[in-house]
Amino acid sequence: MAAKKPKLAVWKFASCDGCQLSILDCEDELLTVASAVDIAYFPEATRAATRGPYDLSLVEGSITTPHDAERIHQVRRQSRYLVTIGACATAGGIQALRNFRDVKRFLSIVYARPDYIETLSKSTPIAEHVFVDYELRGCPVNKYQLLEVISALLNQRKPVIPNHAVCVECKLRQHVCVMVARGTPCLGPATQAGCGALCPGYARGCYGCFGPKESANPPALSAGLVRLGVTEDGLVRAFRSFNAAADVFRRESELHERPNP
Amino acid sequence: MSSIDMCAPENTGRQPKLIERAGVGRLIAALQQQGYRVVGPTVRDEAIIYDELASDADLPAGWTDDQQAGAYRLKRRRDQALFRYTCGPHSWKKYLHPPQATLWRAEREGGLFRILPETPRAERLALLGVRACELRALAIQEQVFAMAAHADAGYGVRLRQAFVVAVNCGQAGGTCFCVSMNSGPRARKGFDLALTEVVHAKRHYFVVEIGSERGAAILAALETRDATAEEIAAAEKTVNDAARHMGRTLDTTEIQALLYRNHEHPRWEQTGERCLSCANCTLACPTCFCSTIDDTTDLAGQRAERTRRWDSCFTADFSYIHGGSVRQSVKARYRQWLTHKLASWIEQFGSSGCVGCGRCITWCPVGIDLTEEVRAIRATKYYREPVHGDTGTRSV
Repeated sequence: MAAKKPKLAVWKFASCDGCQLSILDCEDELLTVASAVDIAYFPEATRAATRGPYDLSLVEGSITTPHDAERIHQVRRQSRYLVTIGACATAGGIQALRNFRDVKRFLSIVYARPDYIETLSKSTPIAEHVFVDYELRGCPVNKYQLLEVISALLNQRKPVIPNHAVCVECKLRQHVCVMVARGTPCLGPATQAGCGALCPGYARGCYGCFGPKESANPPALSAGLVRLGVTEDGLVRAFRSFNAAADVFRRESELHERPNP
Repeated sequence: MSSIDMCAPENTGRQPKLIERAGVGRLIAALQQQGYRVVGPTVRDEAIIYDELASDADLPAGWTDDQQAGAYRLKRRRDQALFRYTCGPHSWKKYLHPPQATLWRAEREGGLFRILPETPRAERLALLGVRACELRALAIQEQVFAMAAHADAGYGVRLRQAFVVAVNCGQAGGTCFCVSMNSGPRARKGFDLALTEVVHAKRHYFVVEIGSERGAAILAALETRDATAEEIAAAEKTVNDAARHMGRTLDTTEIQALLYRNHEHPRWEQTGERCLSCANCTLACPTCFCSTIDDTTDLAGQRAERTRRWDSCFTADFSYIHGGSVRQSVKARYRQWLTHKLASWIEQFGSSGCVGCGRCITWCPVGIDLTEEVRAIRATKYYREPVHGDTGTRSV
């Protein structure tokens, strides 16, 4: 390996820190990561910081404030590769629920002094602001996928991150389909794999944490979910969670939404 | 052990034997004593799946299932039958063509890589409860993997070592159509032993056909006697009953011409709109064999690994070549799958790729039914005449 280790930076925007914690959660692999890269900037883990530029920036969170809309450009300028991690950074996150309402109304209800709050009307993914080299899905990201992306970049190869349905992971693990065998509503057929089919493995339907799969067909899935007893409101809630603002999920939730009073 | 043609009855010339209900437990124990890991049906997660059996207590005694397009329900029976259910979510391919397998590993050594080949694991499996349609599926996958010009050595080893206990079906499921595909419900060949279960109010027994020397040897270790003509007739009756109660039918008359000429049938578009391209049908199918190859490295770049993983013609990546995916639309993927399964498979491998087990119908989350698709296309043919140079379409 080259004598000089690549410099890694980890950035936080509007988010819950869960994806950054997934890095620390690498535990056994963390020492290998630390020996393969120079962790130059990672405030969640250490106050020690090295100035940029950085070879790899991992970006968590969405853009929700004018300040962050500026800051992401500074991050991009200092980064050779910029990889977004998690549903917030790739789709706007749960906070993108504001995109469907008037954010000013929330401000007046929630904050004693709304005039202290400077926020944007929409929560948007990083790729709407700067060029992103790779997007890693999930709420939170899967630590093995995260290691795979870092490993692929370090070794100059394509990451093995399939964009097929969660169903493929269920079948690889030989889980019994909860939708067919139990009539449990499941977003798996429209959701990208990556979690290892975690919820169906515990007899729960998929919540769609990894966002839409390639060629997702939510209208056909909704028709199936309605046959299982899911209401129109239920469909809105199902598609409007961590990846509410991901295009195909957003369109599907809007199709089933009653006019806003 | 098997060949593609399983329609003709094979006269082994051996007298069918009889074992009582308790004999099933002894059969499992005898196989285990011979060093086999016995795998077969057991109840788990609201379904009858295949997994390792410690004893006959693990069998789904008193359970059955109700299957429809997109729905499977485990149900209690009034009797204690062991094998009165139909094919569930698993198929035997999970043992013979595992979902994921390491093909080789490599280690960096100086400036070079050293390849460390994987030797196929030589685990001796006994497959207990293999249905006639599944025997056909094993034969089809053998054709694909073991008889091809570039044979998969691992598949051949696993299949040859597998001890196969077939079980003739005593009932048909709502999505079964093996009679249409001429693959069941009676096991003709490709087994070491074949059981037919007879459950009466006062008697519960099994008529056993012997399909190989290996089968005869195992049976010799058990308490058996020759089955009487009456017992054989009772066993025959249960299989005939199953044959008469198929939940589905598929008319395969001139199926190749039908599907090739209806490449532009509007039905494909409609089904493409219903299809989730989730790949469940192909992964549940006992003959679908497609896989992909993943190459990975460790963080330090010291080790590399090549793995094979089940894939599906329903994913975009599957048909990805330089420039993009060949089959972009879901319509194109569904058409490719169904046309290959029922038609071009015949040209490629000498038989249909479908065994009529109905898994693709049951395990489709939105209940798309290939028998219904073929029926719809047959009902409203939208021919492209197979005349060279004629590219037009017309309704017939």
